[in-house]
Amino acid sequence: METDYVIIGGGVVGLSVAWGLLKRGLRVTVIDGDDGSFRASRGNFGLVWVQSKGMSQPRYARWSQTSAAAWGAFAAELGAATGQDLGLEQKGGYDLHFSEESLQGTVEKYEALKRKLDGNYPFEVLGHNALRKEEPQIGASVVGAILHHQDGHANPLKLLRALATDVRRLGGRVLTGKTVTDVTRPDGFRVTCADGTRVEAGKLVLSAGLGAAQLGPMLGFKAPVRAQRGQLLITEKLPKIINRPSLIARQVDEGGIQIGATNEEVGLDDGVTQPGISRLAAEAIAAYPVLAKAQLVRSWGALRVLSPDGLPIYQQSLTLPGAYLVTCHSGITLAAAHARLLPDWLEGTAAAPDLEVFSEARFS
Amino acid sequence: MRHYDLAILGAGPAGMAAAATAAEAGLSVCVLDEQPHAGGQIYRDVERVAALRGDILGKDYTRGATLTAGLRHAAITHLSGAVVWAIEHAFRISFTQGGAAAQIAAERVLLATGALERPMPLPGWTLPGVMTAGAGQILLKQSGVLAQSAVLVGSGPLLYLIAAQMVRAGVPPVAMVETQTLDDLIRAARHLGGALRGWRYLLKGARMLAEITSARVPRHTGATGIAIAGESRAEAVTFTSKGRAHRIPCDTVFLHHGVVPNTQAARSLGVSHIWDRAQSCFVPSVDDWGQSDVAGVFIAGDSAGIGGANVAESAGRMTALKVAEELGRLSATERDRQAAPLRSARNKDLAARPFLDRAYPPHAAAVAPDDATVICRCEEVTAGDIRRYAALGCLGPNQAKAFGRAGMGPCQGRYCGLSVSVILAQANGLTPDATGYYRIRPPIKPVTLGELASLE
Amino acid sequence: MKPAFLELTQGARRVPVRFAGETLMLPEGANLAAALLAAGVTVFRHTPVSGAPRGPFCMMGACFDCLVEVDGSVRQACMIEVAEGPEIARPHVGEPDETL
Repeated sequence: METDYVIIGGGVVGLSVAWGLLKRGLRVTVIDGDDGSFRASRGNFGLVWVQSKGMSQPRYARWSQTSAAAWGAFAAELGAATGQDLGLEQKGGYDLHFSEESLQGTVEKYEALKRKLDGNYPFEVLGHNALRKEEPQIGASVVGAILHHQDGHANPLKLLRALATDVRRLGGRVLTGKTVTDVTRPDGFRVTCADGTRVEAGKLVLSAGLGAAQLGPMLGFKAPVRAQRGQLLITEKLPKIINRPSLIARQVDEGGIQIGATNEEVGLDDGVTQPGISRLAAEAIAAYPVLAKAQLVRSWGALRVLSPDGLPIYQQSLTLPGAYLVTCHSGITLAAAHARLLPDWLEGTAAAPDLEVFSEARFS
Repeated sequence: MRHYDLAILGAGPAGMAAAATAAEAGLSVCVLDEQPHAGGQIYRDVERVAALRGDILGKDYTRGATLTAGLRHAAITHLSGAVVWAIEHAFRISFTQGGAAAQIAAERVLLATGALERPMPLPGWTLPGVMTAGAGQILLKQSGVLAQSAVLVGSGPLLYLIAAQMVRAGVPPVAMVETQTLDDLIRAARHLGGALRGWRYLLKGARMLAEITSARVPRHTGATGIAIAGESRAEAVTFTSKGRAHRIPCDTVFLHHGVVPNTQAARSLGVSHIWDRAQSCFVPSVDDWGQSDVAGVFIAGDSAGIGGANVAESAGRMTALKVAEELGRLSATERDRQAAPLRSARNKDLAARPFLDRAYPPHAAAVAPDDATVICRCEEVTAGDIRRYAALGCLGPNQAKAFGRAGMGPCQGRYCGLSVSVILAQANGLTPDATGYYRIRPPIKPVTLGELASLE
Repeated sequence: MKPAFLELTQGARRVPVRFAGETLMLPEGANLAAALLAAGVTVFRHTPVSGAPRGPFCMMGACFDCLVEVDGSVRQACMIEVAEGPEIARPHVGEPDETL
């Protein structure tokens, strides 16, 4: 067998897993798509985020917390190996509210989740004046915010590049420009690509984002993932305007203000629409009025990879043991968990995290 | 939202000619142009300037006034100072004019967005005082502002034109540092036959060269190792020519090695582009009428492939006839009857192109720059960075953009896109077509969030 | 040393324009980038990435190197006509102390 693992999908999810496996001395081959592939890794918002996750499944909240807590050391190690600062900042993040009702309603839900998490859910509610002390540019129509201390953000593109760099440095083989057409299991896995490339491996990880919808059934997975479009904006580079990130806007390490995101069920259309970006601009200005004069330099549409309940899927194939499906919406937040903890699950060690609630059994 | 039969982006020769022909055929036309006055770059501000500096700029410039006059037609709405930032299908055009955002709707769209200077990344090309030759010409045309101590670097007819105009204005350039070689000319010679059909162009070229020579402007040909020296601004051009190292002090450097189609708007609409080997650039896929492979989207003039002002004018008129026929204002027979002389004029004007393309090819050192040379001016990404991203598996410019920010700045890749695609293609051993180009999305020009939000 | 740029026609009415804290007399209605060059301004801004100096490059609204800040928004000087009134500054990012 030429490689221990073949990983289909070279985005942040696949590369995080590859990096973790390589760190354990395993041989890894990553098969990646081309320049035009749908890539959530290139289009995401860049939050390392805990609040609002797992409102109906506390295990997901815990998994996100585990990853957020592991991010610091993960970023430091990856950063030191590649000389690439990942722009990680974990000093809390906001959920901004424009009405008392919505703020109060969210606080009640957070309190309920906090009880299920044995009190480990450190958030506080800031009224407008308290928020203004933290965020001097906040708009008058923002009545308050929930500040969650486990939240933060990073530079997702620097993460992608650092992973792509370090996976190679660690001896991983990355094949780009490939389209997987067939997988067989004569003895171990044999993956065939459209250009005739063949890779033979002991185990297989399918982390192909939306591509899993086609490849999954071939490997015995349900892989019920669908695309949901998010349009995002980014401004010219500006002086410091925003202190902490929120779901509405964050200031990236290079200086631009990133504004997000729409939630649109439009299939595989990753286009940008004027009504979509106008609405985002209006909301951002409501939150931070000074942004009205900022120049928008780029906008894009990216496709979220969503399961029916929005939670990740971690599943070993029932028909082809040794094949694993790894897919999630929050590849940035979960990068540290994927790099540090999934290898134990894939290798079946005693330290493997319990991921049973994320299996495909929930879709039966 | 006002609705028009035809929306035209750009009031250069293609856009103005198309507008006049379309209006004549009974179409309602809206011309959106970024400049405060019609003319495009070639006839920039011609109505005001012709009287002031027509003698320096020559007849090829002042003739543009006949086209600008054609815009004064009841069926033509000319929106000047209108910066288009989104074009959406079927067709909704969003733009900013005078600090306010607005929209129009149109049945058909004609992109007549002209050309950009071919990016010429050389060491020092980002220093203040280094400009494109086109910029030098625009300064002279529109503003009557002339560089007192300029070195012209590169190759091609525009370089000679601006030099000749500077001579006429009484402030000749300090020197010309030309990159074309005798070999280039020999290779071009086999296209001389075709070029003779376009003999007027060759004659003009010869006259310009005579003007430059008689003003004793030093010409250094076959220049290599070109760099612009300076700390906080350009101070000198250094290079080697005929085995000798030179250093020419100057305040201003004008760079030029050809122009390439401005494809931003077409790409944002999903028009496919192919690599044109003769012109070393991407050109949109269009048919003889300028119809692209996206329904309702037409492209004419230099934005469809470099041909110059006269070609643009003929092509713009042909597109207008085609649109008039599609919208039922002209029979196919009448369309073809009116198009026939335009087509033959266009083809004649194109005859000198193959010769010019080969006589003045892109400067090799600017096509494959040294690792240290900045490629993306906005994000300050070097050629070496791009090559490193190729080694990290980046097959195309969109992955390279994600890895290193090239093309993410306010110019949106206009002055790095071609370089990045070509450098990646070289590094990966792929063709430019297989390498591809940046995915261009709205806003095709920056817009303030306030303007954007006002359309909510 | 003679200025880098020469104005061929001097007839236009001049209006005071504040740029980077100094008052310049520029021809009304002229292209702002051209007028600033003719007034001897070479460095229009410093890049937010490295702080490198930049000035006009393309003069046709494509390169975004001639950015200046007008009324709180960063705009291309080559796409603005000179008028009396607005305070013009070098863009606020990466701006070390720099005189004309």
